[in-house]
Amino acid sequence: MRLKESIEISAPQSLVWEYLADPTNYLHFMSGVTRWEPASDRRSGLGARYRMLLRVGAAEVGGVIEFVEWRPETDMAWTSVTGVDQRGRWRVRALPDERTRVELRYAYGVAGAGIAGLVAERVAAPSISRHLRRSLQQLKRQVEHEQLREVARRRRETTSPA
Amino acid sequence: MGDGATLAERARGNGAGESDATEQPGPFTISGPGLVGTLASLGAGAARAGQAVAGRVVGPVADQLRTRLTADFDDRDPDYIRDNLPLVWLLSSLWFRGEVRNLGNVPEDRPVLMVGNHSGGNMTPDTILFTLAFSTYFGVERPFYQLAHNLVLASPYGQILRKYGTVAASHAHAREALKSGAALLVYPGGDWEVHRPIWERHRINFAGRKGFIRLALEAGVPIVPVVSIGGQETSLFLSRGDRLARALGLDRIFRLKVLPISLALPWGLNVGDFLGHLPLPAKITVEVLPPIDLVEQFGPEPDFDEAYDHVVRVMQECLDSLAAERRLPIIG
Repeated sequence: MRLKESIEISAPQSLVWEYLADPTNYLHFMSGVTRWEPASDRRSGLGARYRMLLRVGAAEVGGVIEFVEWRPETDMAWTSVTGVDQRGRWRVRALPDERTRVELRYAYGVAGAGIAGLVAERVAAPSISRHLRRSLQQLKRQVEHEQLREVARRRRETTSPA
Repeated sequence: MGDGATLAERARGNGAGESDATEQPGPFTISGPGLVGTLASLGAGAARAGQAVAGRVVGPVADQLRTRLTADFDDRDPDYIRDNLPLVWLLSSLWFRGEVRNLGNVPEDRPVLMVGNHSGGNMTPDTILFTLAFSTYFGVERPFYQLAHNLVLASPYGQILRKYGTVAASHAHAREALKSGAALLVYPGGDWEVHRPIWERHRINFAGRKGFIRLALEAGVPIVPVVSIGGQETSLFLSRGDRLARALGLDRIFRLKVLPISLALPWGLNVGDFLGHLPLPAKITVEVLPPIDLVEQFGPEPDFDEAYDHVVRVMQECLDSLAAERRLPIIG
């Protein structure tokens, strides 16, 4: 099952990327995620592994994931190593006026689970979609808040007496 | 009953047709039905009496049951569990609206003894939900075994349960599982608890069985209490039927201490619950409590009664708070 959600953020691409690249932020903005902790020596970037769990219905599902694509400021993608089969991708694209478009793609399933697996994927889809939408909304809120703080800091620096 | 004896050995012993009148129920077996031994002795007795037909019928059944009750930890099949998680997830999410809290309280990197209360007659939906939640949270790769009553493993579902890591309840099996580094789930209350009447649904009742305390101390593992609510609302459980079982002599013949009576779908009046039933869609909630280290809490030689009372009290307090959250029966 493949799901996709996107949002526009009033902040520059670099700031959005910086926020997404920091694994300590994920528990703050990813809706339904109950666990996102490093499972490898590399804490961020290509090859970094995390143990993640997402609450869906009666269970927290997930497992160990690994980032298999990492193109700074534009794309990062992960795939599952253990647990439920999953692939995810952040697409970060610059827009005019220091705005950024962020797209979150998520594909999941359980190979070999037969008809029950197909039904479960579809039953879980609305709940996971909701999580993706909320995650993007929370990402927007957090990054725009960071942006406001950054602007305020710069303003303070320029207006403060030498 | 020697603790070191495996269930297979016990079954073989019983199969000789000599019932051990001094045998006490194991720490997790409830009435020790000794189904294998009973059937095997029936088979042997019938053959000796020249009842060849009965012997031919009962003998193979006893052999089959022996096989089913022999614990082989290698029967647990992570791929099978993984393939079937979606079906269990659908059942747990849609029918029982299951919720499992605080699984993070289970230590990740060491063997652990999880002690739970369970409900719902022979169907025990809380067990199904917890197995799902544990398997998705820690991954099917983590060895996880459950002890179950002999009758459960002897049922047609027994073969499936073995793939999930269910083994016949015995102290030896439990010790072996913990020694291998696995997580082990036991329900000390067994069928005495699971068939309790509905008005006792919010009560932890282990019937004084303290075997799990001894097991935790011997294995040097913490006890993690697992408290569930809602399972006893999946049917109208009226009575354990323990007096009826005694009156019919079931406790002597099959060593069955209970003959539960309930109103259940699709049977209406359901006596024995041998064929199971269709559980009502009651909301099931499971809460995992912080680990209890018996040595740390009660010293190197703890008093079993004190430790038992502590575990039961902690679980009862949690069950009381879960009960206070529920607004309506079944709906939750």
